[in-house]
Amino acid sequence: MTTLTDKDKAIVKALWGKISKSADAIGADALGRMLTVYPQTKTYFSHWPDLSPGSGPVKAHGKKVMSGVALAVSKIDDITSGLLELSELHAFKLRVDPANFKILSHCILVVIANLYPKDFNPESHASLDKFLASLSLALSDKYR
Amino acid sequence: MVEWTDFERATIQDIFSKMDYEAVGPAALSRCLVVYPWTQRYFGNFGNLYNAAAIIENPMVAKHGITILHGLDRALKNMDNIKETYAELSVLHSEKLHVDPDNFRLLADCLTIVVAARWGKAFTGDVQAAFQKFLTVVVFSLGRQYH
Repeated sequence: MTTLTDKDKAIVKALWGKISKSADAIGADALGRMLTVYPQTKTYFSHWPDLSPGSGPVKAHGKKVMSGVALAVSKIDDITSGLLELSELHAFKLRVDPANFKILSHCILVVIANLYPKDFNPESHASLDKFLASLSLALSDKYR
Repeated sequence: MVEWTDFERATIQDIFSKMDYEAVGPAALSRCLVVYPWTQRYFGNFGNLYNAAAIIENPMVAKHGITILHGLDRALKNMDNIKETYAELSVLHSEKLHVDPDNFRLLADCLTIVVAARWGKAFTGDVQAAFQKFLTVVVFSLGRQYH
């Protein structure tokens, strides 16, 4: 389900080229939406003083998440190896249920569609969805 | 029974009152068929679905997309009774069309993304939450009569 073709990789890299300057904003918006639309995800952030969209912790964490996405784009030819450290972090320390990767991926797609409607055509959507699925799989690679 | 806040009711009515069914229906269904190609299994008699361009230009896909979107009107008019409203359609999708109900969720996600693309700034997190809650209830109701 998650083998990226050369076409997928080209599409993802081109799209990332266009949107990466807004990566921080995309991350913050996606995370804020996730916490609003899927309130069960708030359980992972009970240690934050403020969980509202646009708050300091949400913006900072959105930026962190998108730097992980950037890393995956740069390692797109072998995402599993490229994300080894992050995978270990999520497996042994964070232990985020992998279902939530799908949820956050969906929110990222919604934000990109919202901010870049012309670029986010069905083919781009398909490739980016595959890419985020690969990323999610790589993140949960060390879980068990 | 599902509880709707005033904000949710108003938001959902607002989204559909501004909905361009002729554009959004085809866009949502064609996007679903492109992004999740296995969903094409239900459209064997729709002609050319060979690639993204063919799917997007396919008139049968467009027509069916509009039909599906108008199918949501029933829920809109019966928000306190969505499960019962879709009982018959649920049986149809199960017994006659044999559609895996997970596909309803995939289409709902594509619809959310199409609306997000068209609404711009107004599609805030709260608006998205209301819209997705509505779609979740519809999706659940459509799968309810499967056995």
